[in-house]
Amino acid sequence: MTPLLQVANLTKRYGARIGCQDVSFDLWPGEVLGIVGESGSGKSTLLSCLAGHLKPDLGAITYDSRLGARDVLAMSEAERRLLGRTDWAYVHQNPRDGLRMGVSAGGNVGERLMAVGARHYGQIRTQALDWLGRVEIAADRVDDRPSAFSGGMQQRLQIARNLVTGPRLVFMDEPTGGLDVSVQARLLDLLRGLVREMGLSVIIVTHDLAVVRLLADRLMVMKNGRVIESGLTDQVLDDPQAPYTQLLVSSVLQV
Amino acid sequence: MSDYNFAYLDEDTKRMIRRALLKAVAIPGYQVPFASREMPMPYGWGTGGVQVTAACLVPEDVLKVIDQGSDDTTNAVSIRKFFVKTSGVAVTETTTEATVIQTRHRIPEQALHEGQILVYQVPIPEPLRFLEPRETETRKMHELQEYGLMHVKLYEDIARHGTIATSYAYPVKVEGRYIMDPSPIPKFDNPKLGGNAALQLFGAGREQRIYAVPPYSDVVSLDFDDHPFVAGKAPHDCDLCGAADSYLDEVITDDQGTRMYVCSDTDFCATRRTAGHVGRLAAPYEVTP
Repeated sequence: MTPLLQVANLTKRYGARIGCQDVSFDLWPGEVLGIVGESGSGKSTLLSCLAGHLKPDLGAITYDSRLGARDVLAMSEAERRLLGRTDWAYVHQNPRDGLRMGVSAGGNVGERLMAVGARHYGQIRTQALDWLGRVEIAADRVDDRPSAFSGGMQQRLQIARNLVTGPRLVFMDEPTGGLDVSVQARLLDLLRGLVREMGLSVIIVTHDLAVVRLLADRLMVMKNGRVIESGLTDQVLDDPQAPYTQLLVSSVLQV
Repeated sequence: MSDYNFAYLDEDTKRMIRRALLKAVAIPGYQVPFASREMPMPYGWGTGGVQVTAACLVPEDVLKVIDQGSDDTTNAVSIRKFFVKTSGVAVTETTTEATVIQTRHRIPEQALHEGQILVYQVPIPEPLRFLEPRETETRKMHELQEYGLMHVKLYEDIARHGTIATSYAYPVKVEGRYIMDPSPIPKFDNPKLGGNAALQLFGAGREQRIYAVPPYSDVVSLDFDDHPFVAGKAPHDCDLCGAADSYLDEVITDDQGTRMYVCSDTDFCATRRTAGHVGRLAAPYEVTP
């Protein structure tokens, strides 16, 4: 078996400042990798570099596509954007960034299908309804705009929109960010189910340790743009080695 | 003639526009930027079309100007007068006689022939504009042929109205490559865009874009497999000339809801009436001497 995504010495600087530095890891098919760290630790920069939204200064990213290994950084923009619509998915922290707020829920889910050539209205609609059901949105909301949805529903809609083309690799940037605790729990439950059922590989960035505890198989802890600790999630959280990780784990409020 | 340069614009400007036109013809459906000039009329009144017409005119040309198919509305009359004053070219209302036809929102009913130029006035050249407001992004989408979004608009129509409700400015794909906004012509006219013998030029003055459909181009209206494109019109015959196959205007004639339908193409209607066709409400037609 080959890793789905191989990252080597990835570095991104903003002038003299470090975005992220010397990040290397392998992501295996079906694996969920959590990236945690405080604000400004370079998590989002790293994710943007991986997803092709930012161009890193140094390093290599290799993606094991359906047609063989591809150097992500050497790809043409057309190919990268095609990958972003088919094999990859990106779940934004704020659903407004990932949804078209002026287009109905069904249109939002259908857009990715139409972008890869679906031209049969009935089939697009059937698939949209199927996906709304899978993310627990009632079928009678299919023609409502996302602006009429609650925050949790918007986030679930964004997930449906991203997963409808059956991606293999999903990037998530704080998917539970702005949601209250009970909605968070339901969303995490849903995500965990979908990840297992579809065999997705996921890179999830968060500052919420509960999220990675529930979802992630493996964990990377970042501070000041560098990875300071990595390992199996339970191992890192139960027996943190680096001082910063110890601080992070002990800062979680116990109710 | 007058103190104006021929057809108002100076020769350098006309050369600049002709270069844009050549590029537009070479890449059917592609929006070519050009340095739109200030014209002696407000934006939205056809400044783009007027500049394209000015760049195309030669003294031997015969010009026809129509507005929603009509030769005698304000817009058409003032543009026609403008060119009479600034270029001195002959003008006509007869579609077949004209060599250059500037149009707002219609294609004449009479089939055009080779050698004719049809100039459209375009308010918004970008078909993706209302779905994706960023110009940088829409250009990228054209470049990479990412046109899924255009179908989202049609999807929304069907989801909301049960059928594709877009009835004008209906998006088309030109020569299998660029998605193009055919300007706000009714979708009834869309089938005439493709395979047309005339050269079709589109000018958007405020947006500073020129694009073109060369003669006999392949133009396809977008649709879904299970909701095919239908070129719709009001289900009536013209009340003046009886034509069953022309695009109709609805005219409300009193406050009791009475209405009549008449051809929007006035030249087409008048030609038919001269030939003796009589519609439901037509008075006997007299040719004015």
